[in-house]
Amino acid sequence: MKKLLLGNDAVARGLYEAGCAVASSYPGTPSTEITEALAKYDDIFSEWAPNEKVAMEVAFGAALGGKRSFCGMKHVGLNVAADPLFTISYTGVNAGMVIAVADDPAMHSSQNEQDSRHYAIAAKIPMLEPADSSDCLEYAKLAYAISEEFDTPVLLRLCTRIAHSQSITEIGERIEIGKPYTKDAAKYVMMPAYAKLKHPIVEKRIKDLQEYAETNSLNRIEWGSRSIGIITSGTSYQYAKEVFGDEASILKLGMVYPLPDKTICDFAAAVDRLVVIEELDPVIENQCRALGLKVEGKEIFSLIGEFSQNLLAEKFGRSISAGCEKLEQEIPNRPPVMCAGCPHRGLFYTLMKQKLTVLGDIGCYTLGAVAPLSAMDMTLCMGASISALHGFNHADTGKKAVAVIGDSTFMHSGMTGLADIAYNGSASTVIILDNSITGMTGHQQNPTTGLNIKGDPAGRIDLEALCKAIGINRVRVVDPYNLAQNAEVIKEEVNIDEPSVIISRRPCALLKTVKPKPALTVDVDACKGCKLCMRIGCPAISIKNDKASVDATLCVGCGICTQLCAFDALQGYQEEV
Amino acid sequence: METKNIMIVGVGGQGSLLASKLLGRLLLNQGYDVKVSEVHGMSQRGGSVVTYVRYGDKVYSPIIDKGEADFIISFEMLEAARNLEYLKKDGIVVVNTQQIDPMPVITGNASYPENLPQKMEAAGAKVDALDALSLACEAGSPKAVNIVLMGRFANYLGISDEAWQEALTQCVPTKFLELNRKAFDLGKNS
Repeated sequence: MKKLLLGNDAVARGLYEAGCAVASSYPGTPSTEITEALAKYDDIFSEWAPNEKVAMEVAFGAALGGKRSFCGMKHVGLNVAADPLFTISYTGVNAGMVIAVADDPAMHSSQNEQDSRHYAIAAKIPMLEPADSSDCLEYAKLAYAISEEFDTPVLLRLCTRIAHSQSITEIGERIEIGKPYTKDAAKYVMMPAYAKLKHPIVEKRIKDLQEYAETNSLNRIEWGSRSIGIITSGTSYQYAKEVFGDEASILKLGMVYPLPDKTICDFAAAVDRLVVIEELDPVIENQCRALGLKVEGKEIFSLIGEFSQNLLAEKFGRSISAGCEKLEQEIPNRPPVMCAGCPHRGLFYTLMKQKLTVLGDIGCYTLGAVAPLSAMDMTLCMGASISALHGFNHADTGKKAVAVIGDSTFMHSGMTGLADIAYNGSASTVIILDNSITGMTGHQQNPTTGLNIKGDPAGRIDLEALCKAIGINRVRVVDPYNLAQNAEVIKEEVNIDEPSVIISRRPCALLKTVKPKPALTVDVDACKGCKLCMRIGCPAISIKNDKASVDATLCVGCGICTQLCAFDALQGYQEEV
Repeated sequence: METKNIMIVGVGGQGSLLASKLLGRLLLNQGYDVKVSEVHGMSQRGGSVVTYVRYGDKVYSPIIDKGEADFIISFEMLEAARNLEYLKKDGIVVVNTQQIDPMPVITGNASYPENLPQKMEAAGAKVDALDALSLACEAGSPKAVNIVLMGRFANYLGISDEAWQEALTQCVPTKFLELNRKAFDLGKNS
């Protein structure tokens, strides 16, 4: 049956058809939908793990136990999971293990633009790269076969344009597959004596995979004009086909590590001009150079951002059809903003008012960095707010500083930073923004929500008890909608000479369980047009005819603005007595 | 057939997902190769959102580049104007006349441009502007803006009404089907 499937959904379908039985992931754009789709299959045990390292180890354990397993993550998640990755390369697997990693060229939703192919090379693990949804499904299945044949985990690399594009995909049936578990310490206990024996096996495996790369169907040449020969993969392949059709010959690589050296050399010999088209780093190009080939790549194409058909056409001196003119008048930007009723807004308003140094973290609340709140000094990676605060406070800047971190991010890798604060001592104040969900990636459950990936009741970690158990004696809870309470508690905690945690607790306003209150109204006679209410950056409030105006379709009646107004001009819904 | 390009643009949370799903289904049913592409992540946070729909005998790139779009379907006026460079000369813009102020306008650092349909016409577009929000409310729900716009767009695509109705039945939950049929008709015929 043919279906129009999202790349991520096609990966999930392929994993399902190949008999995947255990899936453990941490959400991260653009990889999240793979595991969400897997959770819909009853034949697969699926879960959101606290972080990517845990997820990869869970998947490894399942493969060890004889079930085909999966873990998925975004590119930066693979940094977190790098520790198990490098050694699973040594142990190999029992049943197949597939790791999906989704890169984000152009940083649509990420803090950096790293190229995951370096991990395949460094960990000596084969990596496949699909170019559309049909490839996604096929490669996911093939990845299990490669994993078991070569006794290795297999990386499946996606990028935003593949993960989040739908294309036509033929779906099939599921097979059930499993292997018995037998104890084999020399294979799975990676202490030096055994690991030394494994390293040569890993090196031989890469040689064997190189052979495989020369003959398998993943890498193929589409002969066209031989005046230009293009080596490419993934979404760049699609742009090349769009621009050149059969006016160039194309070597499409479905396996981007290890590369098929002989195929590449033969291809190079058959064309007049050899060009590698790859987004981000010159991985294929460098290999071509190492093979002694005359090749063009990054002297034409940027190391930065995404490509497109127009970009390729331009680089090859082809004409681009001009469209409508750009409007002369400037079009105002429409940046993402904290939603109306977002619980983070009140908290960040207080941080701004108190002029605190704010070490931030990864989540919706990173939007606290933008005007008019502008209440963030740093954002680095998952969990860094807390550990960096500890270091910052030891730098004796004289600044009052806090860390802000979401509930899910705290569980991911904030806890360990808090342990450092408790253990090695700094009078740091950590604010956990507990909105009862993983928000930025589109509402995934986490260990503090009490629900699992299917929305069923699950174990629930009590944040207050956890922080106390770590050794933080001062743990306080505030309601971010209550500005006076926020101001008082934050002021008190940043001025006390011992570690503390403030839990700012209020569920995400977009959760289905959160019922909006009626929209506020403006008493235009009372409103003086002072614009104090504008300082919270609420998308529902604007100034019309010099008076505040509330957009009733957006306002959820959170009431933060009413606490700013000195003239009681913003009025909440009054229940009739 | 040469690849045709449709852009669906709007503001996060306006419901462009159902529109692209319906369009994808319709074109798949017609036997075309289809690619539908969007960027997730910021979509619920009030930012600009863009979906690319491409169809033809064989579609390669998942994205639409500047000067390539045959049609822009816009849920909001400013978003149509923002993406005008992507439209071919004489391409068609079907635009909801609704205006949603972006943050720079809300904070008074920028103003919402006036007379955008006329300006877009002057820049070389054919503009079909309609108050899709009012029509959606008339159909029974402000959320049906997406289907009102699809109804209007059906006037330009050259695919039979029966095929649209079939795709609608496949994409919309049964209990909302009547409402959406009404929204589609209001968009098409108003």
